[in-house]
Amino acid sequence: MKIPSLRIYTIAYLVFLYTPIVILPIFAFNNATVIAFPLRGFTTEWFVAVWNDAELHGALINSLIVAGSTSVLSTAFGVFAARASTRYSFPGKGPLMGLIMLPMVLPEMIMAMALLVVLLSLGVKLSLFTVILGHVLVCTPFSVAILTSAFQSLDKSLEEAAYDLGEGPVSTFRLVILPLVLPGIISSMLITFTISLDEFIISNFLKSGEELLSTYIYSKLRFPKYVPNIMALGTILVVISITLLALAEFFRRRGLAKTGAKDSGGFV
Amino acid sequence: MSEPRRFWGTEAASGLALISPTAIYAILLLAAPLATTLLYSVFTDGYLVVEPTLTGQNYVDAWTNPVVQSVMMRSLMVSMLVTAATVILAYPVAYFVSFNIAPDKKGLWLFLITIPFWTSYVIRVFMWNVMLGRTGVINSALIGSGVIDTPFDLSFSVQAMVVTLAHAYAPFAILPIYVALEKIDRSLLEAGQDLGETRWTTFLRVTLPLSMSGVVAAVLIVFIPVIGDYVTPNLVGGGKFPMIANIIEKLMLKSDNRPLGSAIAASAMLIVALVSLLFIFLNRRYLRATK
Repeated sequence: MKIPSLRIYTIAYLVFLYTPIVILPIFAFNNATVIAFPLRGFTTEWFVAVWNDAELHGALINSLIVAGSTSVLSTAFGVFAARASTRYSFPGKGPLMGLIMLPMVLPEMIMAMALLVVLLSLGVKLSLFTVILGHVLVCTPFSVAILTSAFQSLDKSLEEAAYDLGEGPVSTFRLVILPLVLPGIISSMLITFTISLDEFIISNFLKSGEELLSTYIYSKLRFPKYVPNIMALGTILVVISITLLALAEFFRRRGLAKTGAKDSGGFV
Repeated sequence: MSEPRRFWGTEAASGLALISPTAIYAILLLAAPLATTLLYSVFTDGYLVVEPTLTGQNYVDAWTNPVVQSVMMRSLMVSMLVTAATVILAYPVAYFVSFNIAPDKKGLWLFLITIPFWTSYVIRVFMWNVMLGRTGVINSALIGSGVIDTPFDLSFSVQAMVVTLAHAYAPFAILPIYVALEKIDRSLLEAGQDLGETRWTTFLRVTLPLSMSGVVAAVLIVFIPVIGDYVTPNLVGGGKFPMIANIIEKLMLKSDNRPLGSAIAASAMLIVALVSLLFIFLNRRYLRATK
């Protein structure tokens, strides 16, 4: 029972969704500083400018440090919470899980300001470290969500078999559970890395002088002459994100195949 | 625990021990700062310091100040418009993927839908500024191809903010609705049609009510971050149409009035919670039915 009008509508909707990221490369290679049609000709000038931008290199390195640390920390926190909530029942589970997942439904600005006020009144100096503290808070719920589905699809009898065969809790986790949820862990690390790389509000308010990728981009958008550079940078970022996501999806599917679960489709 | 030895080694103890690192982190870095914000909101603002004298004046100031009122109203209006547009536009897409796509291709379609949203948020928002401006991409394309003669001007407007945000939060609406649609037992639809319903009445009386849990989730997932959006009012609204996040920033940092900023933050959380609960309450019939 196919309804062609629905298909046409969906394709039109996809066009709407994709318009900004299709426009991005078009003007990244356009030989004009004004972002408007008609196109003026092909150039790689903006990519060269981006490549040679020392300030951007610094911002990129800072962002990679933050995103790398965030993905490791929030995934580790995610493993603890997801394992505890899927395997055990304990008092206070609902409220604790609710608190851990709260950042998903809390405006980021409120979190950023609450953290900022506390950090400042404790005399903590703002740095990349404080940005990481905030990012871990935001990314952990995503990690918990991904890992919960990974732990849920685990067959409990595998674990019991390991105990029966004489393994302790730690070696059972390492030898049986970890290999089965490893794809979920990798997928969580890739997703949280991507979220951290893109995060703006917390980065903007919890950083000190040094720029991160998102705050660098934001600061440059005020100047029209930088806009073509941002188009080129955006194009590069689109390519990188799609690659990372394709990898995350690959690992997620492999994980599902390993545990024998049915694919329920997509992230989140 | 009367006998602590019995507690250790139990399932409850193992669970608590396992969740403790994540829980302690969330308590220290989330619960404590939020509690501090609430505390600040009833303290008095002194010169460069916050004085711990209890007062309700911050809330009176926050709720009676016409600037704050207009910002709150704008934030509510923009986020409600964006939520309505996003959810209504997303429903048919979720429906199409769930009902009209072969099961093995569904993953690919969802992947296609989510790709545009994993690219720099700041750039995505800014792109709408580039596209909707008077001399922007859309105007220059339409005039160049002779479709229109005079350019429309949406730059730095609330309308442009709504379009930008409706785009930015599209997948957040599609995914929960899709998940709810996937759960519907297809034989119910056949039963409806066997009993003489048309495809449209089956949709209205079976599919839509059964998918309302997804619609409610979509509404909340879009509404909450949109009302707190900071980047779009600055980049696409040109700073002329501040929303809650912008005024909180101004009070907390530029004016250094933390108690008033905290009171507005607390009020914003209260509004968000009330609107969310009201919406859940209005749909309680559908939520109960699907559980």
